[in-house]
Amino acid sequence: MQAVLSSGEVRRATDKSFPVADQRCNILANEWVNSRYKRLTLAAGGPALDAAPGQFFHILCTTGGDGVFLRRPMSLFRADRENGLIEFLYHVKGRGTDALAALKSGDAISVLGPLGRGFDLDPSRRRILVVARGVGLATLAPIAVWASRNGCETTAILSARTPADLMDREFAGDSGATIIPVLDSDGSSEPERVRALVRSIVDRARPDAFFTCGSNRLLLLLQDLACTYGIPGQVALEQQMGCGLGMCFCCVRSLFVDGREVHKRVCTDGPVFDLAQATSW
Amino acid sequence: MPHEHDFVPDLSVEIGAIRLQNPIMPASGTFGIELGQVIDLNSLGAFVTKSITAKLREGNPLPRLCETTNGALNSIGIPSKGIDHFLEVIVPAYRGLEPPLIASVSADTIKEFGTSCARLSVDGVAAIEANISCPNLEADGQAFAMSPETAHAAIKEMRRRTELPIWAKLTPNASDVAAVGRAVEEAGADALVVANTILGMAIDAETRRPRLGNIMGGLSGPAIKPIVVRMVYQCARAVRIPIIGCGGIMTVEDAVEYLLAGASAVQIGTATFIRPNAMPDIISGLTEYCRRQRITALRDMVGGVLVEGALVESSR
Repeated sequence: MQAVLSSGEVRRATDKSFPVADQRCNILANEWVNSRYKRLTLAAGGPALDAAPGQFFHILCTTGGDGVFLRRPMSLFRADRENGLIEFLYHVKGRGTDALAALKSGDAISVLGPLGRGFDLDPSRRRILVVARGVGLATLAPIAVWASRNGCETTAILSARTPADLMDREFAGDSGATIIPVLDSDGSSEPERVRALVRSIVDRARPDAFFTCGSNRLLLLLQDLACTYGIPGQVALEQQMGCGLGMCFCCVRSLFVDGREVHKRVCTDGPVFDLAQATSW
Repeated sequence: MPHEHDFVPDLSVEIGAIRLQNPIMPASGTFGIELGQVIDLNSLGAFVTKSITAKLREGNPLPRLCETTNGALNSIGIPSKGIDHFLEVIVPAYRGLEPPLIASVSADTIKEFGTSCARLSVDGVAAIEANISCPNLEADGQAFAMSPETAHAAIKEMRRRTELPIWAKLTPNASDVAAVGRAVEEAGADALVVANTILGMAIDAETRRPRLGNIMGGLSGPAIKPIVVRMVYQCARAVRIPIIGCGGIMTVEDAVEYLLAGASAVQIGTATFIRPNAMPDIISGLTEYCRRQRITALRDMVGGVLVEGALVESSR
């Protein structure tokens, strides 16, 4: 039989080659990048290495005994097909991520993916603007890599509490993206100041598209400016998840579609949505 | 006796008139055709859909799920696209797959249970699972299966409206589940599903708020397994119709426990969230178990718990 999956891709449900795999991955590195975030490097194979920017993995953040029961969704930060690696950048802030942070190189964890609909990356784009805060930076970093390989310029506004929290080097990698930090510590991350900054960027060299993740305030601001300037945009949303596969309907968010508010599953209808359809959370 | 390593045990079981190639199937609400992205759907004993309601339902406020010790608390609220969508999209999607499709139905009134049942009785649906037990449907978890009388009335009306086998899904929140089981058997149910989630609540100590948008929700996972195994054991002694066990199964040993307690088949729910391969893994595990225990037909061990001289009073 043919099943139409949410990605729009049609395949036989009885195929032996599955597009999503639950694999046991060895941890190659799990190091702090600053006082709150860690970078996790896993050895992976199979469909995991085909993960596209904006897709995520559902990770069992435990080897047992720490009370962690459910999986935790994490956006792909980097996939390296040549070396068989996938990487995540995560905020250590709860039971699941505490358990993950305690794991060491050589431990193995169960990683399900790749999952969800990633960013719609149009190769005809020449200039994009990325606005990220916190862990949203990990979700958006693969876009800068994609852009550099497709002759597209990336300007990235990275919002953080302090310079130490910024992770600008992690974001940029060797993508050549132009980074503009905005900080809580000097007030430059205030929404009205970010609004003025985006306006000046658009007035100087109009981007073809906006991308954002990690802040409700930045989402609303960018949504407003996207509407004003007629620039298309995409947002990656976060939500607690159950199955991660679209079956349990735990991870819905409200979106405006055709003039009415509807629930969409972040795990399969997203996590990337049209910026114009997103609602405040 | 066949040699330990070279025989293929018969895992098939019968739930009334329906023969399943093995006793492993998903629990309603934790399964969809999307799982076919990860596992071979044809390996399962049956498919059980999310509960279908007559009309569109949006579901409950967020958050809908939280982690508890060895379990999960959920209050999803049965989001449903309605029966039309089910008949037009879901039923055709399963056509061509081998395991039978069981349609779980939920309703607000006895009359609606009957009309929904009649509409769902189409080619491609092998049986109806009557979700008379979801604890989130009405205030404080009240549901039809809370009392033998309302459970009987709901199943009787469904029996009148469909020729398909009816599996009555009972709630562990009833004070005497075996009595409810007897009532639905008398009303014409073909099997019992024992049980649904246990009504629970969790509060965030820091924010002082309930951890679910709906305040209360259903507890699932290994935390509830001993409670539900006990209920299956009690029900098995109270009814003649087959029982499908459901509650906290994570491993093949858990599934075997349910079979020994008297279940002919089992449903797997929360385990699939933790390990999407849980069902196929348990099916392979059953084959290994049968080889180790030298069991040629798995169905022979249903209800086979060894209770010698125990002071257990029958609930019949």
